[in-house]
Amino acid sequence: MLDPILAGVLLVLPGCATAAELRSYAVTGDAIPQSLTGMAGDAARGRALVVERSSTCILCHNGPFPEQKFQGDLAPDLSGSGSRWSEGQLRLRLVDASRLNAETIMPSYYRVDGLTRVGTLWRGKPILSAEQIEDIVAYLASLRE
Amino acid sequence: MRFLGAIATALLVVGAVGAAEIPLAERRSGYSFMKPDTKTMQDDDTANPGMLWVLNGETLWNRKTSAADKACADCHGNARASMKGVAARYPAFDKATGRPIDLEQRINSCRTNHQQATPLPFESRELLSLTAFVARQSQGAPIETGADPQLAPFVAKGRELYMQRQGQLNLGCANCHDDNWDKRLAGAAITQGHPTGYPLYRLEWQSLGSLQRRLRACITGIRAQAHDYGAPELVELELYLMSRARGMAMEAPAVRP
Ligand code: HEC
Ligand code: HEC
Ligand code: HEC
Repeated sequence: MLDPILAGVLLVLPGCATAAELRSYAVTGDAIPQSLTGMAGDAARGRALVVERSSTCILCHNGPFPEQKFQGDLAPDLSGSGSRWSEGQLRLRLVDASRLNAETIMPSYYRVDGLTRVGTLWRGKPILSAEQIEDIVAYLASLRE
Repeated sequence: MRFLGAIATALLVVGAVGAAEIPLAERRSGYSFMKPDTKTMQDDDTANPGMLWVLNGETLWNRKTSAADKACADCHGNARASMKGVAARYPAFDKATGRPIDLEQRINSCRTNHQQATPLPFESRELLSLTAFVARQSQGAPIETGADPQLAPFVAKGRELYMQRQGQLNLGCANCHDDNWDKRLAGAAITQGHPTGYPLYRLEWQSLGSLQRRLRACITGIRAQAHDYGAPELVELELYLMSRARGMAMEAPAVRP
């Protein structure tokens, strides 16, 4: 499943019923260069989303959020994400990190297939919407060191 | 190149699947991850809220019930002797159903078969109390669950469930409790997930709760469909966890944050 990424551009066409709401996107190398919505996200909304518990990010990550008492340490510090990665690279890491590391524990935030026993509340829905992903990408890209 | 590095790491990890369990010397109860004041609360019977359930369980143990007009004590006598070490062997193989049953189910089978009473609902005060009272008689005893060879296929099934990724977050129990038990999830210590203290008093619940309740919370946490109380999958997970904790000391009724 890693070869298509190395091979270059791959068009992902989400299959059948449940995935109908997911927009298609193109992976180039280790990035999704184009915005999922066709528009730039809002970094301020992105920050609010990252620290919100329901987005799950800071269960695992920590970062430049001094006001947040409870942050995780299962994953890299998000500080300086924008210096390390391009927007496109950040986008693919959020959409489907398992394409880059099949064993990663980071959930795929914009995927509904290949999952097992998803609870009824969440079934058939991605963890985050395309708009939310773009907001978070805009925020992470602004984190420079 | 960072990206190729990621692939190499992935392959290494794949190669390690099925790796050995945590060796006995490194197994740590959830107790050892707690702050000193929570430890004191567990250690001191007069401060441990779980003891209220144990005392209530002792009353129920001696109370005659239903058609048979028999109390647990009428058949089992003094629990301090008859129930010593019993909880450290559960879940155990049940001949009648040909499957493992946990301590709660064992107590309910005595209610149905020997007391002609209705089974007590999971998480009811009565069932938690009786279970806590029986489990308390094993405090300090080493866990022996899983020694019975008839249980082997069910332990294996439990292990499979433990390793399996599931839910919208696509995580398996092992991702947290084997691979990341020295880390923190949003500030909470992730432990090795050893079921040494159940039923236990969780400050977050402000109540005593069963191991099945804890497992359902972890399953819902990864946004998977929680199995119903008493479902074979939950009992198989309990069985695997207890056999994985073999040799560790029983602590019921424990306290957890
Ligand atoms: C269950 C744990 C978990 C959750 C939840 C999680 N991540 Fe991650 N994330 C990781 C891990 C582990 C890595 C390290 C790379 C890998 O394993 O593939 C990572 C890597 C990253 C990276 C690349 C970091 C770097 O500089 O190398 C970014 C950016 C990132 N995550 C952002 C997020 C955001 C934003 C969210 C929430 C929307 C999130 N993560 C949720 C575990 C998680
Ligand atoms: C009329 C007799 C009778 C009564 C009343 C009774 N039991 Fe039992 N119990 C048994 C017998 C006999 C066994 C052995 C297994 C079997 O045949 O069911 C047993 C087994 C058990 C075991 C498993 C012991 C082991 O070593 O695996 C537990 C725990 C238990 N009983 C608890 C209780 C509790 C709690 C009550 C009251 C709610 C109770 N019993 C009421 C007869 C009784
Ligand atoms: C995303 C991380 C995560 C996953 C996945 C997870 N757990 Fe947990 N688990 C926790 C946390 C955090 C706690 C609370 C702290 C503690 O008591 O260990 C916990 C608690 C427990 C406990 C209680 C330990 C004690 O000392 O009382 C058990 C048992 C357990 N989990 C088993 C499981 C099983 C079985 C699964 C899979 C069905 C699972 N967990 C999945 C994070 C996780």
